[in-house]
Amino acid sequence: MAAEGLLGDVVLFGILGAIVVTLLAGYRVIRGPTTPDRVVALDTIGTTVVAIAVLFAIESGSGFFIDVALVLAIIGFISTITVARYVTEGDIIE
Amino acid sequence: MMDFLLPLVAEGSGATPGGGPIRTAATVALVLVGLFFLGVGAVGLLRLPDVYNRMHATSKATTLGAASVFLAGFVHFGPQGAGLVSLVGILFLFLTAPTGAHMISRAAQRMGVDFWGDVKWPGGEGVDDPTREGIDQTER
Repeated sequence: MAAEGLLGDVVLFGILGAIVVTLLAGYRVIRGPTTPDRVVALDTIGTTVVAIAVLFAIESGSGFFIDVALVLAIIGFISTITVARYVTEGDIIE
Repeated sequence: MMDFLLPLVAEGSGATPGGGPIRTAATVALVLVGLFFLGVGAVGLLRLPDVYNRMHATSKATTLGAASVFLAGFVHFGPQGAGLVSLVGILFLFLTAPTGAHMISRAAQRMGVDFWGDVKWPGGEGVDDPTREGIDQTER
């Protein structure tokens, strides 16, 4: 069951706003002077994409996309930790 | 055994997404609050002057925004199935976002990323971090 009326409109507006946030963070990814800047911006993009997945779950009415959001959050966390370790230690698995 | 949960189920709040006007209003309000916090995080990411400030802006505001959107999902889907997964997502975000920000800031410190302005690390150079011996201290 898809969301209709006011809820559907607001959720669509939320998806558009989250897309704008993702693009603004993409500016920091391209422009950011240091590598940690880029990692922080990519982490922001990951969290925003998680929010987009939840909003799409509400908009389409199918709860499976909540699972998609959870898996995306896990992958974003692992990638952040991996990049931080790579920058610090010089390799990921010793 | 789980009889005390039956009133929740019997209301039908979990079986049908959507629901009455109060649930719709709560979902709308939570989505708008989440969007506000995501926007604040993006503005902080763009405007603040160095990595640590940007991390301070994004790691809190973006986590709150995504958690608010997850709460909207919980309100919309009810207390079972996808709604419970939303609560797990909130817990996961609150556990992992500070951890990730801490790892990135330590990596930035070991890379030798400086603060904006003339701010120094508290306690002088390399006091609390033994791994900083390997880094060339003369360049900072």
